Amino acid sequence: MESIGVLMACPMNPYLEQELDKRFTLHRFWKVPEKSTFLTTHCNSIRAVVGNASSGADAQMIEALPKLEIVASFSVGLDKIDLAKCKEKGIRVTNTPDVLTEDVADLAIGLMLAVLRKLCESDRYVRSGKWKKGSYMLTTKFTGKRVGIIGLGRIGMAIAKRAEAFSCPISYHSRTEKTETKYKYYPSVVELAANCDILVVACSLTEETRHIVNRKVIDALGAKGVLINIGRGPHVDEPELVSALVERRIGGAGLDVFEHEPEVPEELFGLDNVVLLPHVGSGTVETRKAMADLVLGNLEAHFMNKPLLTPVV
Amino acid sequence: MNNISVLMTCPMLEYLEKQLESRFNLFKMWNLSSSKPDFFKNHSGSIKAVVGDTTVGADSNMIDSLPNLEIVASYSVGLDKIDLEKCKDKGIKVTNTPDVLTNDVADLGIGLALAVMRKICVCDQFVKSGNWINGDLGLASKFSGKSVGIVGLGRIGSAIAKRSEAFNCHISYHSRSEKPNTNYKYYSNIVDLAANCQILIVACALTEETRHIVNRKVIDALGPKGILINIGRGACVDEPELVSALLEGRLGGAGIDVFENEPNVPEELFAVENVVLVPHVGSDTEETSKAMADLVISNLEAHFKGEPLLTPVT
Repeated sequence: MESIGVLMACPMNPYLEQELDKRFTLHRFWKVPEKSTFLTTHCNSIRAVVGNASSGADAQMIEALPKLEIVASFSVGLDKIDLAKCKEKGIRVTNTPDVLTEDVADLAIGLMLAVLRKLCESDRYVRSGKWKKGSYMLTTKFTGKRVGIIGLGRIGMAIAKRAEAFSCPISYHSRTEKTETKYKYYPSVVELAANCDILVVACSLTEETRHIVNRKVIDALGAKGVLINIGRGPHVDEPELVSALVERRIGGAGLDVFEHEPEVPEELFGLDNVVLLPHVGSGTVETRKAMADLVLGNLEAHFMNKPLLTPVV
Repeated sequence: MNNISVLMTCPMLEYLEKQLESRFNLFKMWNLSSSKPDFFKNHSGSIKAVVGDTTVGADSNMIDSLPNLEIVASYSVGLDKIDLEKCKDKGIKVTNTPDVLTNDVADLGIGLALAVMRKICVCDQFVKSGNWINGDLGLASKFSGKSVGIVGLGRIGSAIAKRSEAFNCHISYHSRSEKPNTNYKYYSNIVDLAANCQILIVACALTEETRHIVNRKVIDALGPKGILINIGRGACVDEPELVSALLEGRLGGAGIDVFENEPNVPEELFAVENVVLVPHVGSDTEETSKAMADLVISNLEAHFKGEPLLTPVT
């Protein structure tokens, strides 16, 4: 398959890059000095695009690659891919579900514990020598707190399972009620927010879910409520969240994703009830390798005319 | 009961102090109106109860100097700062605060394990110092599915096991004797436990037998990919050995809530990235500290009313 042109949208994983290089003719889009010239020159040889959560395949790129057959995303989220256009043109799309479910759910729980128990702040307290001068402040118990989940898909369910082990009552909001679960369903996000202590965003980003956590939801969550976002930055109205945190109208937040990564609102940096992570939901050695293998497996299957492993379109 | 004299050994919780003050004749050992020797000369005979905690309990000297001491009520579940033998000898009752703090301590154990494995504090620092603009951090380690070894399968150890199971972790444990009614794998030797798990969590009481139960051999068995979590007592771990293992990369990482000489923490650890250090906060939440305080008060009241103690240590 060495003659097959594959375009990698941005740096994502050295192992994946190496393997793609071995098996295909790999073009690294971020190393190209003149992107439009590049596309014109190579448009007929590029048959696959490998994207991720930062950079996928938008309408412009799809239009520029007439021989594009498949977009394999190194992510489970598809918000950076123009799915409608792919469908229209018969371009296959694959992502990396399941292999990253546990890591993302683990991180959600880690963020809840870090925010409520102020783990990072108390670690800083020790390291600065302040413990010699006095005890750290009291924090907030996690066990038994009501957890509200937006989106009860694979990741949402994995979060629920973990939170249950901490005796957290679980409720959720999603497009439709999942009758096969025993968790309490709320038909509106505002109602969910009003009835939980910790609100977790775990849905996919679509036009409907953009800013699903808005001022109303933040107000409903309230001064003792905590927001955890392990979905996508645009799920949350970021300026509203920032002012709510700065004005202490909300109890705290644990955020792994932001509207304009890697930019993070600096007003959050000094807050002791906020934990900020650089989009590391699936960022473990084990999971990134599994994701890379899935991308490679999907590409190989496609070019060998075998069924795709994790097709979306 | 305002004429009953109670001695509080150190500051623990304002709410507890106020409650004790309103119900008893409270003496605060850290805030005496006279020198300590004078205080003991004048008041030792009247003191019927001591309220201690994990920092200052009731050691042999104190017990000897309080001839009318009837009860030691500890604001903790750990009893390592109380001379239990002496209390037994003299018929002094001892109470502690089990159960009410089990969940908080177990939560912290899991929180520390996640923080270490997923580099949560490192990442938070990275973002808050504005460094994300310059590039990503390296990859962390997956927590789900890892094997967890628990030293001490009491209330707290079992609560940790229950939570870990939800992350599909394989659970094994070491304790003085095998526990019936669990499905977890038992190791009669702690070195074997350490050799067969990736995350070793210390959750046992501190006694003469468990002092330095995590020693060089155990640390070596846990190895360069292993993580140690200590939510028990600092003295359960040979601290200098732990420090050198971390500095030399012979241990993969550690999450530590307790130290041999609190509030002193080995400063060589401050620059170590794969370590999370917290200031003995296992039960330090608003909810739990109040519940612990209420339990101390209830035990004291029960004792002085001649009623059964709520949480006596037998």
